[in-house]
Amino acid sequence: MTNFGTVDGTAGRIMIRLENLRKEYPKEPKPAVDDLTLEIPEGEIVILVGPSGCGKTTTMKMINRIIEPTSGRIVVDDKDVTHEDPDQLRRRIGYVIQQIGLFPHQTIAENIATVPKLLGWDAKRIDARIDELLETVSMSPATYRNRYPKQLSGGQRQRVGVARALSGDPAVMLMDEPFGAIDPITRDRLQNEFLRLQAEVRKTIVFVTHDIDEAIKMGDRIAILEEGSRIAQYDTPEQILTAPASDFVADFIGAGASLKRLNLSRVRDIQLTEWPTVARNADGAAVLDALRASDKGCALVLDEQRRPCRWVSAADVQRGDGRAIDEIGLPPDAVVEPQATLNDALNELITANYSVAIVVDAAGVYQGIVDIDHINEAIRGMRTAARAKARAGLVEDRDEDLLTKGTTT
Amino acid sequence: MSLWEFIEGRYDDLLQAGFDHIWLVGLSVLLCTVIGVGLGVATYQTNRPREIVLAVTSTFLTVPSFALFVLLIPPLGIGAPPVILALTMYGLLPVVRNTITGLREVDPSIVESAKGMGLGRAQRLTKIELPLAWPVIVTGVRVSALILVGIATIGAIVDGPGYGEFIFNGLARVGSPVAVNLVLAGMIGVIVVAIIFDVFFAVIAKLTTSRGIR
Repeated sequence: MTNFGTVDGTAGRIMIRLENLRKEYPKEPKPAVDDLTLEIPEGEIVILVGPSGCGKTTTMKMINRIIEPTSGRIVVDDKDVTHEDPDQLRRRIGYVIQQIGLFPHQTIAENIATVPKLLGWDAKRIDARIDELLETVSMSPATYRNRYPKQLSGGQRQRVGVARALSGDPAVMLMDEPFGAIDPITRDRLQNEFLRLQAEVRKTIVFVTHDIDEAIKMGDRIAILEEGSRIAQYDTPEQILTAPASDFVADFIGAGASLKRLNLSRVRDIQLTEWPTVARNADGAAVLDALRASDKGCALVLDEQRRPCRWVSAADVQRGDGRAIDEIGLPPDAVVEPQATLNDALNELITANYSVAIVVDAAGVYQGIVDIDHINEAIRGMRTAARAKARAGLVEDRDEDLLTKGTTT
Repeated sequence: MSLWEFIEGRYDDLLQAGFDHIWLVGLSVLLCTVIGVGLGVATYQTNRPREIVLAVTSTFLTVPSFALFVLLIPPLGIGAPPVILALTMYGLLPVVRNTITGLREVDPSIVESAKGMGLGRAQRLTKIELPLAWPVIVTGVRVSALILVGIATIGAIVDGPGYGEFIFNGLARVGSPVAVNLVLAGMIGVIVVAIIFDVFFAVIAKLTTSRGIR
């Protein structure tokens, strides 16, 4: 059986190529990694995800040869590193593990300086690099340089771990459940920070997790692995959610694939609804006019800067006895910005008074409205697009008589 | 003659014995540390050799000191050499055991992250593992020093230097008025030396342990 995870031409240059990689342990009947071939494109976050014991961590640790493969080849940056001096190789690859593993007897600055020192940088350059990296992970160098790991919170340690892994400016980073030991709220924040950081540094990242939600959120591409590190599917999060290649993948994604998909698109990607609006200095009659001109039950009152300030319905106007329109009705709730995910928007509108979410820009200026129909439509659109793409892949494969996609078996 | 008058009268002798006692034990502890840490580093990652080293050094400690000193006369004669060899044998166990324990207790994830950053075997040992195990190792050395301060007194039977001489002289004159003073002066001297070593190692431990792991 083939165990291929290759990428199509739309992806960038291949940064890491694992060729027929195999890891057997003595006394174990089945190989931990079974003849795996995987291509990892430059500048992408590739997630290895799968149930525990599937070989995902073993696979990752063979890339920097913390675990030596039994057979096969590892090519990093067009260079066969299978037999290179492992210490030299590791200095060029950032490494973050779940426990972070900061050196407790060294200060934060000394921890970050580890790889630059090994690479023989001069003291001035190392110093500048430490400050730069601490700034990058939003920790003030003046405050944290000379602290010890035990004086930091879990989230801060994780940030330092990332800074330390970036210190030698490696092209490749390996991350083994880097957010696994952190509380959910901090984890969410660190994930977002990391994505923002990655948008700047564009490293090639191999990221191991057992959490499919984290995989969908963090990955440009996801490899879902079965026992023996067999690739069940290797594709973008959209494709995996919309067109799971097998029952195993579908089971692994679990219930709520449609809800998970909502994390993949953002409010700015969908067409917003027009909604009746009135200026704050208008009167009740203007509200009624606006409502008559539309099919909606309430109008949005905007202030002079076009910021939402009130929801007013026809009933509110009648009960209002001529009071100013920004004193009647309900306050505007469920306000989201364009970069919010549809999941965020859905979450907001479910609890909102009029079951819609108001979209505003960074300055708070009204942009439009998201309602449930939009979200529904967006899901259906994504599903159709992904299906079409998966089907196109099938046809291509048959033509070339070659399995180039993990989506076919 | 009171104890105080005795100490005043023999002040120079007592001080000399104190210096002898300290260099004798100090040299032995130094040897123990070098050999013991070496053995610990060489065997902590293995199973069989580690067990053997621990078993052998424990056995040393069970040999009666009196017998060992006498047995060492034929190869090494009398005086300091047989005493130093015997003390080194007695002092090994705490150092070896604490070195092994300290190194094995280093969090594996710290060692893995060091490995993942490209520190070689020797760099991991000297820059990460030994500094982290150091407080435990120093404690072993300190225990070893205290044991040796006591055992060193027995060395007087092979004419070894130190406060043992006073105690054995006292034993030889049991019944005479000076006997009690000799034994007491020797004993007080041993206690003073023990306190000096203890304070010394406490200071060393404090000065050489990173603030990050205190």
